[in-house]
Amino acid sequence: MSAIRLTAVTVMLGGRRVVDQVDLVVEEGAWVAVIGPNGAGKTTLLRAVARLLPFAGSIELDGRATAAMRRSELSRLIAVVPQDPSTPSWMTVGEYVLLGRTPHLGALAKEGRRDLEAVARALERLDLSGFGDRPLGTLSGGEKQRVVVARALAQEARIILLDEPTAALDIGHQQQALDLLDVLRAESGLTLVAAMHDLTLAAQYAERMVLLDSGRVVADGVPRDVLTEETIARHYGAFIDIVPVDGRVAVIPRRARRLIPNRRVRRDGCDQAWRGER
Amino acid sequence: MNATAVRATAVRPRGIAPVWAGAAVAFLLGSIAIGVAVGPIDLGLEGISSSLGERLRIPGITSSLSRTEESILWEIRMPRVVLAAVVGGMLSLAGATYQGVFRNPLVDPYLLGVAAGAGLGATLAIAYLPDGLGGQQALPAAAFVGGALAVFLTYSVGRSTGRGRDTTTLVLAGVTVASFFTALQTFVQQQNADTLQQVYTWILGSIPSSGWSDVVLVLPYVALATVVILVYRRVVDVLSLGDEEAASLGVDVGRVRLILVVAATVGTAAAVAICGLIGFVGIIVPHAIRMVAGVGYRALLPLSVIVGAGFLVLADVIARTALSPAEIPLGIVTAFFGAPFFALVLRTSRGAA
Repeated sequence: MSAIRLTAVTVMLGGRRVVDQVDLVVEEGAWVAVIGPNGAGKTTLLRAVARLLPFAGSIELDGRATAAMRRSELSRLIAVVPQDPSTPSWMTVGEYVLLGRTPHLGALAKEGRRDLEAVARALERLDLSGFGDRPLGTLSGGEKQRVVVARALAQEARIILLDEPTAALDIGHQQQALDLLDVLRAESGLTLVAAMHDLTLAAQYAERMVLLDSGRVVADGVPRDVLTEETIARHYGAFIDIVPVDGRVAVIPRRARRLIPNRRVRRDGCDQAWRGER
Repeated sequence: MNATAVRATAVRPRGIAPVWAGAAVAFLLGSIAIGVAVGPIDLGLEGISSSLGERLRIPGITSSLSRTEESILWEIRMPRVVLAAVVGGMLSLAGATYQGVFRNPLVDPYLLGVAAGAGLGATLAIAYLPDGLGGQQALPAAAFVGGALAVFLTYSVGRSTGRGRDTTTLVLAGVTVASFFTALQTFVQQQNADTLQQVYTWILGSIPSSGWSDVVLVLPYVALATVVILVYRRVVDVLSLGDEEAASLGVDVGRVRLILVVAATVGTAAAVAICGLIGFVGIIVPHAIRMVAGVGYRALLPLSVIVGAGFLVLADVIARTALSPAEIPLGIVTAFFGAPFFALVLRTSRGAA
């Protein structure tokens, strides 16, 4: 069964159609990268899937409409790793990861053994076992990122949405974080949907790429098919070379030889931008 | 991964550290002891403890106090100390709750207009109700209704414009409603200059020495509010991550915030109705706890009740003894110590919530 099914999903923000009639089916256990230029609607689409903002159309998880679910029920199915999570400096790692158990608890219950074990497992998986009592304020950026992923794991949801999971990390930690998600997916059958800017990085991990532009899906498929020089030029306005490496692809920006005005009229009304002659 | 590994890395939710719980309870008991011992007539700690022993039916202990002293202790001082404790605990719990719900460490329980509304209610009661009705019975009721009405209006205005999700809208609505109610209150007060003194006394806040009746009046609301807030205290920690993340963790943010705000408001309105406007308690106490114990809301909320109770008992001792036999309004005592403290908090808080 498909894990996520979007039918004609539209999101209006401040009178603007940020997500426009998106149909999308994500199979269980898939690793999908949502890519697209700034403002394409990637984050908004993820937020709609997690029902964090109002939308038109229908979103189903495991065949059931999210609109009909209770908040806690929805959060048991889907966990979100936000791009810029708030990590109160006074909170300890253990307390923070324990918050991931909230949807399993109801408003009034107290955490039980099962919850504490789920937290311990999540910490173990992310190599954070000794960190339980450390305040979040003492962690590095990479450690914080792992703690947030641990919280999502403790939530024990089968779908994890990640918004720019690697944006704040250096290349070593980027690789570490994505390798880890890959292993978790393989071991636990998680469905991963991540909004990503780094196309090369996304292409190494995702099985499928969904390219959004102006709120619409304009390309969808395996990275090799989506990442073409022509598509990237059209939707990102970027001039790049696609370099195949071992059956995978890398995106290399082409440097301008001299600057000339670019007369292509863009949707945002900005009709003259400086472009390089290549 | 084996079971031993899980156990070895087991985490526990950080509750209240026993040392802080003990310190808070000791502070409260000490404050109560000072509260009942200090006064124009010296009862002596020995006399007080023997009287307490007799009341608790501890075998072999009989009170060494005279009948007059007994009645001073149990009909005047004890109810006043208990009322101060109940009101102090409520105000600081409400302050801590508002700070958690609005993710702003500098808000106080009067944020959404409860003070201005109660002020208008009390002024109307003092100005327009006949003397026989006015006074003791109608004033608290009018103040309570006014306070609750103001917060209801704030919530309605905030909801209609911000869908109740954006706390900034709610806070601005609170400022608007409070200004409006204050304007009305000032107008009524100007029209009835003869009531100025009485209104003023009420606004400056004090713990009345009217026996147990006020305690009985305020306690049900405060007890209910306290139970509701403490039951939800784990969720307040989740809310501290912000609305969207709390929602993604399965919290129905709008509903939980409404429940917490209603509880804190009902408790505050009841306290204000009896004791007038006692400022700063809701800010000083939670912040003092944060600075000393540095804890999350889960522990902060119950500690606020205990420490806030002790704090207001002590403040009331100062209010009634510093210029004895005259009384300083309690609101002035708390503001006198609270304002400099608040300045200190502003300097050191640096956005820590």
